[in-house]
Amino acid sequence: MTEYKLRTHGVRKTYGSVVALKSASIEMQEGEFLTLLGPSGSGKTTLLMAIAGLNNPDSGEIWIDGKLATYLPPFKRDIGMVFQNYALFPHMTIFDNIAFPLRMRKMDAARIRKEVGRVLEIVELGHVSMRFPRELSGGQQQRIALARCFVYKPSIILMDEPLGALDKKLRDTLQREIKQLHENLGITVLYVTHDQEEAMVMSDRICVMNDGGIDQIGTPDELYFNPTSVFTADFLGESNLFSAEVLEVKDAAILVRGPAGITIQGESRGIVSVGEKVKFMVRPESVNTGEGDLNDNNAQGILKEVIVTGQITKYFVELVDGTEMMSTQLTRREERKHEIGQTINLSWSKDCTVILTDNTVG
Amino acid sequence: MGTKSKQLPSVTYTSINKPRNLGRFLSISPAILFLGFFFIYPVVLLLGLSLVDTSGALSLEHYTRLYEKGVYVKVLLITLKIAGWTTLFAMLAGYPIAYLLSTVKSSTRNSLVIWVLMPFWTSFLVRTFAWIVLLGRHGALNELLLALGIVDTPVRLIFNFTGVMIGMVHALMPLCVLTMLSVMENIDRNLLSAASTLGARGGQAFWRVYFPLSLPGVAAGGMLVFITSLGFFITPALLGGARDTMIVQVIIFQIHEVLNWGFAGAIAMLLLVSVVVIFFLYDQLLGLSTLSGESTHEQKRGVIGRTGRWLGAHIINMLGYLCEQAGVLIDNTFPARSNRPRRSGSRISLWIIAMTVITFLCVPALFVIPVSFTEEGFLGWPPKGFSLQWYEEVFNSTVWASAAMRSFVVATSSALLGMSIGVPAAFFLVRKQFFGKAALFAFLVSPIIMPNIIIAVALFYLYAKLGLVGTNFGLILGHTVLAIPYVVITVMAILKNYDHRLDQAAWTLGANKWQTLTRITLPLLSAGLIASFMFAFIISFDELTISLFVTGGEVTTLPKQMWDDALMRVSPVLAAVATLLLAFMSCVILISEYVRRRGSGK
Repeated sequence: MTEYKLRTHGVRKTYGSVVALKSASIEMQEGEFLTLLGPSGSGKTTLLMAIAGLNNPDSGEIWIDGKLATYLPPFKRDIGMVFQNYALFPHMTIFDNIAFPLRMRKMDAARIRKEVGRVLEIVELGHVSMRFPRELSGGQQQRIALARCFVYKPSIILMDEPLGALDKKLRDTLQREIKQLHENLGITVLYVTHDQEEAMVMSDRICVMNDGGIDQIGTPDELYFNPTSVFTADFLGESNLFSAEVLEVKDAAILVRGPAGITIQGESRGIVSVGEKVKFMVRPESVNTGEGDLNDNNAQGILKEVIVTGQITKYFVELVDGTEMMSTQLTRREERKHEIGQTINLSWSKDCTVILTDNTVG
Repeated sequence: MGTKSKQLPSVTYTSINKPRNLGRFLSISPAILFLGFFFIYPVVLLLGLSLVDTSGALSLEHYTRLYEKGVYVKVLLITLKIAGWTTLFAMLAGYPIAYLLSTVKSSTRNSLVIWVLMPFWTSFLVRTFAWIVLLGRHGALNELLLALGIVDTPVRLIFNFTGVMIGMVHALMPLCVLTMLSVMENIDRNLLSAASTLGARGGQAFWRVYFPLSLPGVAAGGMLVFITSLGFFITPALLGGARDTMIVQVIIFQIHEVLNWGFAGAIAMLLLVSVVVIFFLYDQLLGLSTLSGESTHEQKRGVIGRTGRWLGAHIINMLGYLCEQAGVLIDNTFPARSNRPRRSGSRISLWIIAMTVITFLCVPALFVIPVSFTEEGFLGWPPKGFSLQWYEEVFNSTVWASAAMRSFVVATSSALLGMSIGVPAAFFLVRKQFFGKAALFAFLVSPIIMPNIIIAVALFYLYAKLGLVGTNFGLILGHTVLAIPYVVITVMAILKNYDHRLDQAAWTLGANKWQTLTRITLPLLSAGLIASFMFAFIISFDELTISLFVTGGEVTTLPKQMWDDALMRVSPVLAAVATLLLAFMSCVILISEYVRRRGSGK
């Protein structure tokens, strides 16, 4: 195994009696885009600050580029950080802002001019170099903040919800831009967000954090289709998540009794035993509502509500015991297949059914 | 409020109750009329006097005399020198405190601010006497220095320039600290974090990022201190020597001893012109809006401004570089360890410096207390024995009792009058949009900027015509002029944080304007209004300049009685009065603080 660009081991941080970060261990390869995803208070920003050197962890180790950096001051770490509100220096021009890290590194004036010009070209903002930050739009400020970061080619760039303050359209554009910059420049990015969609769009891997701890690390695909915890299953995307009891275990194939007494086939990554209380999860888009469609798992219910959200139509179906299941399908122009109040059949396959043993949240 | 209600879609106005424009200025007119008649009119009258000779004809006689007699120019230069040094020391010593306050957590900040404001809260005269006790020939400091063997003979610390400096810096530093703090609080903490992740060491980050951003606050604080210093006379009179005479003392002399109104007016004009010139220069350099804590980076600057900025940038770069070199040196001596948390040496030194200055700010007031219980007949340190005789003397004296009574009545009345005029004005300024709003605001708060002595002399002149000299009523009107700006500023600050939608909600729920005001707005603002009243009360209670003149020597207030007493002899009676005053003021402050906290806890 090659050397990790970033490695943290058992990083713990408390504020008085509040444990902000329990024991975080992550590893990042060179050129990787890793996202720390979690709700507010999950410890993701605390971990990021510890890596940046902006807070001192209580215990644990942080290695950057193979060097121990746990308690090094930020200016000795060779990291870059993009802040949520950009943190551009309001009293300096755009040029001076971007030149700041180079001046701190005692680069000569001619080279500074060249380098600043180069990164301004990359973010396509060469014409604003003599302006002040407040004269720029939010999106432009964000690009400058990025440029100020990669102008000195730090080992790793940390981003703390950099798109949090922007509107949806601009956010989508910048997500793609950051992703492209990451690919073109080959930089290593540690990204923090609470927006699961953003995390899915941008990341090579996602680290789901909850309550000061790491819940699951994996590629977006892994996390979405094979979550190993109820929290991850619930936090990422929409899900049908129900309690069930294990009836039969055959290697990874598991038979459980779910709501309304239906028997359901599913798969599990963990070890379960007969009689155990578990949860099963199936994504709404995996649930079909076709008349004759029969699959591994089937359930009947009354259609309660249909909501068209745009490209997706959501069907809410109530099973006989009152449990509500959701099915989502692409919205089509043609007439609606089902009437409200009608009894319909729901079906889904067993490899879309994930059995979860996690009982901490839920 | 009528115009605002037009924005409410849920309330339909018929033509019958369409908002009228006529009553629009009703809430602001008392303030304009009052300040117009008791502030602007008398000041103009006084300045006008300086332009006529004894026969009443227009003449520049007074000004030629002002110029020819070199002594007045000399006094002006002394005044500027004292103000300049005071400003410099207040900024230098105040900056670390403001910086510390802006970087600690808010609970720590609140408790530290109370101590920083200690000089603000203790009577002006109390502070000055405290310095006499501390710095006198047999004062605490000299006794200490002698006991430690540092000096053989007592050092002369008062009745000279040093004494004036100590007294004035002490009196004005809180103002400077608070002004700087208001700007520093708005500096985004992330900028420093950003600077350090970008590779700036502590010193570099401070000088290149934090310091330039805090400069508007430093400039604003410095200018306020400078302007206020120009109008000082108590401190130089009590702590200074003959060579430390300031311009206001000359005005007082002209009125009280020589009765030359025209010449006094001319000196007042000189003072006022100095103030205006300083304002002009400040505006040229930095823009007046920095006074309210707003930053002004895009403002066009004149030649002076540009040169200043260029020089400033280079000095800052140099300081940043020096700090970095020092940092590197320290790092090489004590290498930073990556495996153990570092201790910040600069942080510790900042605390030490700031706490030293805070001690300087609050110790004098506390020193008066033990001295007031002395058995000796003079103010000495350490106090000998324990006796309540000075308190007995105060309580048995009808002079002190009536002075205290009058101060209390006058302060209460002028605070109430100031509130009834200032509160509607504040409402008007916050809630209405109109042309010339900034100018109107500047007019309403201008009594703060105007040196008090000019107001005092001008009112004395006006009152002499109206027969108001020596009346409580005249005194109340005079103090109200000073109270109005403070009421307007504090109430506006509260109103800006008030959610106007609550009023709108009340209207949509069926309350009329009066009901909304009495049942929603005022109850919600009550804590702030009480604090504002206390502020106005203290302004009047501690006021000496106006009292000195408009009482005409016939009646007396507490500060004036203290002043008269102090000019005769500095006895422990004054320490006793000062202690009582300190106790009383502390009660007022604690009550208003309690009310404020209860209010904000809602």
